[in-house]
Amino acid sequence: MTLFSPRLAARLDALVEKYPLRRSALVPMLLYAQDEIGYISDAVVAEVAQRIGITELDVRNVATYYSMLRFKPAGKYNVQVCTNISCMLRGGYEIYERFKEELGIGHKGVTPDGLFSLEEVECIGVCCWAPAIQVNYDFHDELKPDLVPGIIDGYRGKAVAEAPHA
Amino acid sequence: MPRLVSHPDEVKIVTRRFGMGAADIERYIELGGYASAKRCLQQGADWIINEMKASNLRGRGGAGFPAGMKWSFVPKQSAKPKYVLVNGDESEPGTCKDHLIFLHDPHAVIEGTIIAGLAIGAKVGFIYLRGEYRYLLEIMEKAVADAYARGFLGKNIFGSDTEFQVITQTGAGAYEVGEESALMESLEGKRGVPRIKPPFPAVVGLYGGPTVINNAETIATVPHVIEMGAAAYAAVGSERNGGTRLFGISGHVERPGVYELPMGYNLKKMIYEVAGGIRGGRKLKAVVPGGSSTPVLLPEEIDIGMDFDQVGKAGSMLGSGGVVVIDDQTCIVEFALRTISFYQHESCGWCIPCREGTDWIKKSLTRFHAGFGEAKDIDNIQYLAENMMGRTFCPLGDAAAMPTLGFVKKFRKEFEDHLNGKPCPFAKHVDLAVV
Repeated sequence: MTLFSPRLAARLDALVEKYPLRRSALVPMLLYAQDEIGYISDAVVAEVAQRIGITELDVRNVATYYSMLRFKPAGKYNVQVCTNISCMLRGGYEIYERFKEELGIGHKGVTPDGLFSLEEVECIGVCCWAPAIQVNYDFHDELKPDLVPGIIDGYRGKAVAEAPHA
Repeated sequence: MPRLVSHPDEVKIVTRRFGMGAADIERYIELGGYASAKRCLQQGADWIINEMKASNLRGRGGAGFPAGMKWSFVPKQSAKPKYVLVNGDESEPGTCKDHLIFLHDPHAVIEGTIIAGLAIGAKVGFIYLRGEYRYLLEIMEKAVADAYARGFLGKNIFGSDTEFQVITQTGAGAYEVGEESALMESLEGKRGVPRIKPPFPAVVGLYGGPTVINNAETIATVPHVIEMGAAAYAAVGSERNGGTRLFGISGHVERPGVYELPMGYNLKKMIYEVAGGIRGGRKLKAVVPGGSSTPVLLPEEIDIGMDFDQVGKAGSMLGSGGVVVIDDQTCIVEFALRTISFYQHESCGWCIPCREGTDWIKKSLTRFHAGFGEAKDIDNIQYLAENMMGRTFCPLGDAAAMPTLGFVKKFRKEFEDHLNGKPCPFAKHVDLAVV
């Protein structure tokens, strides 16, 4: 029995064989599991522990170290706004404020429809194209506050397009 | 998609193939790719290390340690397997050069890894990318798969009897993992806390085996050094600082971007000519020359050559080459606060001076910036930073303390101007809720 889709389960089966030491698969496995399940749930911890062959406590001990791993669900689209120095100098906080306003949520908040969550994050490695954000793994750079509503609408449209037809 | 920039003063060595579709293996080969690895396979380890030493290529991660020297420290005989580890955990605020390397020239990273492996006698190389770089990891993974398919990686690389495997790895959000021993811990499936040194990675590294760990830019430079020849590469740069550097210029300039310039290129010229000067005709206030951990320079201090030695002499560091330019409308207290907030967030908590120091400096600066500071706070912040310096396992403590000291010492008047309930003269992002 596995929590994961057949595709992810197969990927994780291969992942543990990839390294000289099985345990090296731990951090990527947690991240890939989160990508599918949405967060590191108790069940994810249990299955990852079993796949690697370590205790659940050990998995938690490692998982809590990494800032991208979360222990409760985020929105379908997790908006991560960088406010670190290079972004700050070019209006990162203004972008962050605009997202707060448009989405009606604050740091680590989730919209009631579950579509968006918001996070103020540290440097995401896009400093020369600041200010920048990441929505899940997609970068948006050289932003201006007025571009924010369009970005949100784009993801709303994407959610509708991806929704199963009634 | 990150925009590429260009300037006539650039010397395009590492960025030579950017924007030319070199992520495709056929195109990479067409553009001269993998010839250096083949040549190194014929020439052997000693020749490679001598070339690297002669090239004066110094570590691009920040410390500037000579790459050839680092490789030569790895023992020839080892009971445990040896490893090459490529540090692509690029997380120093102000730094985004590796982003472009992975995007535009992933095979250069693979080729450099192979050459490093040949030099130290390793059969396995790891390429570790920060977790946020998922799309770049996918580009790297495709490039690795293509290199295997062509027989450039595997049991018999380039048809020889030499084996070399490359394994890609993703992080999951942690600045500290950019520190070499913490990176090894992370790769072994643990929390990214640093190891005590010695022993150094060259002797006891990943899985306990001798390990060479280099920054992704350093590794991507290696094939070019071999192709050009060490002497020609060294001649491009300044004394003891071979070649070029990918300088990421960000902040208040007209044309931010990653520019490849010779080592020793004048910082003032870099800001005013290459990056087009200060945005909106404003005045320069300060420059952080090498990523957020490097001490700030004043406008009168920037007429210097950008190499490890000259920036060091000016009281700062070349670091990761991330030049952050600050104009006269910026509050330095706020900038210092944002900088320390990052290090407070990223401190792994292993060493008390770093864990407590970053937290107390953040608290003090937050209160200070909000207008509730006291005169003694300025000295106290300096005292805290001074007591972090050199008292931690890894350089994160120093990375937090050094810029703080720079801001307090060089902008003391601006700190004093924030005293006695005066609002910040630039009041923008004062959040009283956190005081």
